This record gives sequence, structure tokens and C-alpha cells, in this order.
Amino acid sequence: MIKAILIFNNHGKPRLIRFYQYFAEDMQQQIIRETFHLVSKRDDNVCNFLEGGSLIGGSDYKLIYRHYATLYFVFCVDSSESELGILDLIQVFVETLDKCFENVCELDLIFHMDKVHYILQEVVMGGMVLETNMNEIVAQVEVQNRMEKSELCNQN
Amino acid sequence: MECVRMIASPRYSEKRVGYLGAMMLLDEKQDASLLITNSIKNDLSNSNQYIQSLALCTLACMGSAEMCRDLAPEIDRLLRASNSYIKKKAALCAVHIVRKVHDLGELFTKAARSLLTEKNHGVVHGAVVLITELCERNSETLERFRKTVPDLVQIMKGLVISGYSPDHDVAGISDPFLQVRILRLLRILGRNNEAASDAMNDLLAQVATNTDSTKTVGNAVLYETVLTVLDIKSESGLRVLAVNILGRFLLNNDRNIRYIAMTSLQKIVGTDHNAVQRHRGTIVDCLKDQDASVKRRALELSLALVSASNIRSMMKELLSFLSSCPPELRSQTASGIFNAAERYAPSQRWHIDTILHVLTTAGGDVRDETVPNLIQLITNTSELHCYTVHKLYRALLSDISQQPLVQVACWCIGEYGDLLLTGECQETEPVQVHRDYVLDVLETVLQSHMSSPSTRGFALTATMKLSTRITENVDIVSIYGSCIDVELQQRAVEYNALFKKYDHMRAAVLERMPVIEKNSQGHTNGETIKESQTVKVKPGEPQQPANQVQGDGKNSVRVTL
Repeated sequence: MIKAILIFNNHGKPRLIRFYQYFAEDMQQQIIRETFHLVSKRDDNVCNFLEGGSLIGGSDYKLIYRHYATLYFVFCVDSSESELGILDLIQVFVETLDKCFENVCELDLIFHMDKVHYILQEVVMGGMVLETNMNEIVAQVEVQNRMEKSELCNQN
Repeated sequence: MECVRMIASPRYSEKRVGYLGAMMLLDEKQDASLLITNSIKNDLSNSNQYIQSLALCTLACMGSAEMCRDLAPEIDRLLRASNSYIKKKAALCAVHIVRKVHDLGELFTKAARSLLTEKNHGVVHGAVVLITELCERNSETLERFRKTVPDLVQIMKGLVISGYSPDHDVAGISDPFLQVRILRLLRILGRNNEAASDAMNDLLAQVATNTDSTKTVGNAVLYETVLTVLDIKSESGLRVLAVNILGRFLLNNDRNIRYIAMTSLQKIVGTDHNAVQRHRGTIVDCLKDQDASVKRRALELSLALVSASNIRSMMKELLSFLSSCPPELRSQTASGIFNAAERYAPSQRWHIDTILHVLTTAGGDVRDETVPNLIQLITNTSELHCYTVHKLYRALLSDISQQPLVQVACWCIGEYGDLLLTGECQETEPVQVHRDYVLDVLETVLQSHMSSPSTRGFALTATMKLSTRITENVDIVSIYGSCIDVELQQRAVEYNALFKKYDHMRAAVLERMPVIEKNSQGHTNGETIKESQTVKVKPGEPQQPANQVQGDGKNSVRVTL
């Protein structure tokens, strides 16, 4: 099960936070700080798996992360997920974002946070991987966006 | 509250934002989440599939146990719906429900079975996850689902053999995510079951040989296959194939692959020990890798691979690793080395040497029970007392910052100080040590700011013991009679009393310690030694021979005077 998905930039500012397990507000902030601390120390040519810090839960949890330009994508998972599979999932997610936003960059995540959440909802649901086919995800998101737009047009 | 209002609104855009807010801000512990249960129920029956999906998503993310119980029949209905988009979401929602409320698993078994025959990969994926969850929770369900093994094998074959399918292709492999999930489910179904394992053998061999391992995705599938082979009752040829694949992974340049190869080797080192031993050289090399995660894995695996035959070479590697390893791994390495040395030490002298080496390199990180264990070991090897005390004395001269080392050294000098003076020792070159130097060393330890209070206690007691063995020295002890630390003060005062009032008993009290019996509980020994060092001088108590260490099976050890 995926416990949390965190995206933050090189300075530790969180851009997207999604917890699939209940944590109190201040715990969440602490987890983000600790994760950034662990991940930012890593070199670029070391492996992408980290044993988790003490906060996000005991020995079962791992942090699987990928560093793209200015952003860190961190998935906190337990032992029931395949590590290499999650690495691929991060790649699929980023490619989907790229397709939906056309050359996605950090600003897109900041200004269209809700859209990013909707895309994420199509990929991971309740901590479990829902859909991994990029075209399928993009198609669904497009339909939902169209529905929303048509409602706004009808209103006017 | 805004969220609740927005969710109840009929417009899609508002619902969307409302549900998003609910997922982010509410959680199952808050009461407001109950308010949206009704909205979710209505939305689950809505004709628009996207509204249904929003409701499903929210329920899966933050549904509490009561909500799940209420809405489970709805989910079951949706599992049989005709829309594959809804079916796959319903499947994952069902997984969440099963996790929250275990009993409801029964409700979903039939539907789950039928979902396996779907064409849409998303739905099959969801179904596999649901079945995995059901099987993990309940062993009866596991039995029932064993019958699906042929179906699963069929699906896998389709995925592996089929040609390029643009929909599901990731770097040349069709739908690796689904392949990995099915392999995992096969692993659970095949565990401890001969029939199911037989059915899978061919398939696993096929996947193992046909998958392209140059890309990460291929490696992901191969890795999962290897784990499955090693977990089920597979035939030996297949097991050898699996271990070879892991060996290939170890030599891969990509650190990720090496990391997971070591993780899986850790799991099988108990059962297929010899197979893993073949790769010992590579694993030991990984200890020198720059990556902290890889180092950690290599350390655990190396410690598991230590055996009587390779103890000397492995220990050399581990000791050099200890001197260069990152600080967070030090204590783990130190305790691992101690365990290995205790089990496989080829000789007593080697054992003591190794422990001394660890103490000098990483003394600050060893566990507290190391000191008593080491002391007990030293008393047991009576022929090496001279050698040990010489070595410790020399170590103490060079460096007094490592507390455990200093404590052991002080104790030994106290006990065997006279051996230092005689200077003859076969094992190491003879050095005559003058008695003043010995006392100086102890005094330095006492006065140094680096010594902890317990170390000072050791040093004080050692000085006391030397008073019978080497020379009379009242001054040091009396200074500490007014020390701030209560423990030291008490000891100093008692020792002073020993000099003044009970001088006739001093020699008997400070005799050599007898050989300490090794108890099965290491902690008992620690208390034994600490208590016997604190000589309680209680006037008026019945006179008994000094230093009578009575160890019974439990913790009570008294040294009475």
C-alpha cells in the first residue's frame, strides 16, 4: 500500500501532498520536513530507495523517490508494493502530467493544484494503484474536464 | 462544512471540488465525515459515471468503518456493473472496505472471481488486488481461490507471449504492472501447496527466460518472478535459475538493481544458504559502495553469511568496513561483529583481539552489555590474562576517549596489575612497566573530562584493588571523598574506611575475582559484575568470607562483608 505521495522542490517547499493514512496536521509537516532532509542529502547516482525515517512508520516502510530537474517525487510505500514497479509508476505519473499540461513545470503544479490532484486520483486510489495506462488516464481526465467546462458554459 | 454543502450540490464542478476538499481535509476520525455518507450513497447510484467515480474515490480514501458497512452492498452492485471504468474503481474501493471491516470480505468473493475474466486490464488489475487482499486475510478464501490458478496462468501467458500491444506497452513489455501483480498473487496461492506450485512451474520458467532484462521494467518482472519461485514449492532447477538471476542482478551496474537483489537474497539466506554463499565476494564488495542504502543491505547480508569456514576473511572485511562506515550503521556493525565472533571464534586470542579492535575503532557506539560480556570472557581465558592486560594498557596509553574500552582496561588493570609489573609475557614483546606509570594512567582516567561517571567508578575501584597488589595509595581515594558525584563519593568514603578501620580485611576483600559463570541471560551477568565491584561496607553485619559471588539462576547476587 502506498502510504503517502509527496512532491517538493529543491528547497523543501511542498508542491503536492497526499496522505493515504491518517496523520495529524503537525505530524504531516514533520514528515515532510524529515523526508526532504533525507532525500536532499542523496547524490544523483545512488539508488532510489531509502529506508524510511522514524516518523512515517516503522521498519516496513520505504521511500522511493525520483528527482526531476527541480522537483522530488517521493512515494512512501510498505513492503507489499514492488519497488521497481513503483519507480515505473512515478515515471508514468510524470509522463501523464506532461501530456495533460504540455511540458509540465513547477509552476503548473503550483497554479493548477486541483487538476494535479484529479490526475493523481485516476492513478492511485486509496493507497492502491488504480490505472497505469497513460492513455487511459489522460482520456478519463479529458472527459471529466470537458464535463466541467460544459457545465460552466451552460451556467452562463 | 463548505465541503459538505458543495458535495450535495447537483453540479459536477462543485461536486468535484467538494470531494477533493473532503479527501484532503476530512479524515475518518472527524464527525463531519458522517454527514457526507448520505451524499456518497446518492452519488453512487447516479447515472453519470464520473460522479459515481468521485464518490468511490472518496470512500476509498477516507471511508471509516461505519461508512464502509453502510455502503458495502452498493459497492457490490457496482462490481457487477457493465462499465469497466466503474468496475475497476469499485474493485479498489472493495479492497479498502475489506481492510477496514474484515468480515465484509465474504460479500465480495463471488464478484471478484468473475472479474478475472474481463478484457480490460484495469479491471483485471483491480480484481487481482482484491483477491490478493482477500487471500491474505482469510485462509478459507485462499483455498477457494486456488482454483483460479489456471486462469491466472492463462492471463500471464497471454501477456508474455503476445506481441506488441500499444495500449499497455511500457518499454517493450506488455503491462508490466499487471504481470507483477499476478505473479504476487500466484506467490500467495502457491505457498505451501504442491498442486498449485506445479501448475505455475512452466509459466515461471517461461517468464524468467523470455523477459528482457536490459530495462528496469524487465527487471521488475524478473524480480517478482524470482521472489515467487523462491517462495512456492518449486522444483530445484527453477530455484537454481532464480538464484542465478539474482546473481546477475548483483553484478548489474545499476544500484537499484543491486539493492533489490540483496534484499531478496536476505530473504532466502536462511533456506538456500549455500547458493547465496557463492555470491559472497560480490556482496562484500558492495560494502565499499558509496551508496548508504546499498551499504546497509550489504552489511546485513554479510553478517548473515558469516560461518565457521569464512570467519577470518569476513571479519577482516567487516573490521575495515567498521572504520570507514557511516555513523548510523556503526552500532549495528559492532553488535553484528560481536555476535559473529562469539559464535565462530577460531581461538580465544583471536576473539579478544577482534573485540579490542572494535572497541578502539568504534568504542562509542557499542551497546552497554558489551563491557560485562567482555570482562566475563577475559576472566574465562586465564592463560591470556597477561597478554590481555598488556594490550589494554597500551591501548589506554594512546587513547582514553572511548568509554567502553577505558572501562574494560581499568577493570583489567585493577585485577591483573601485578602481571603488568612482571613484564614477562610469551605472546607479546616483554615490556617492563613501572608501578608509578600504572597508577598515573589510572589517575589520568579519573581526572580526564572525557571520562563518564561510570568510567570514573571503574577507575577508582581499580586503584583500590591495586593497593593490595602493587602499592599503598591512600591519597587518590580520599580526594574523591568530597566529589560531587554521589556514586564516586560513596565509593571513596567506603574505600577510605577500608584503609582505616578494616585494614586487616583489605587483602581478603580485594582478592582476585573468581571465574564468572556464563548465565543464559546476558543481562544477569552485567548486574553480577557491577554489584561485585561495589563493596558494601556495613559494620555490624555478620562476617563472611569476602568476594563470595553467589550466582543463582535469577538476579540476586550479593557481595557481603
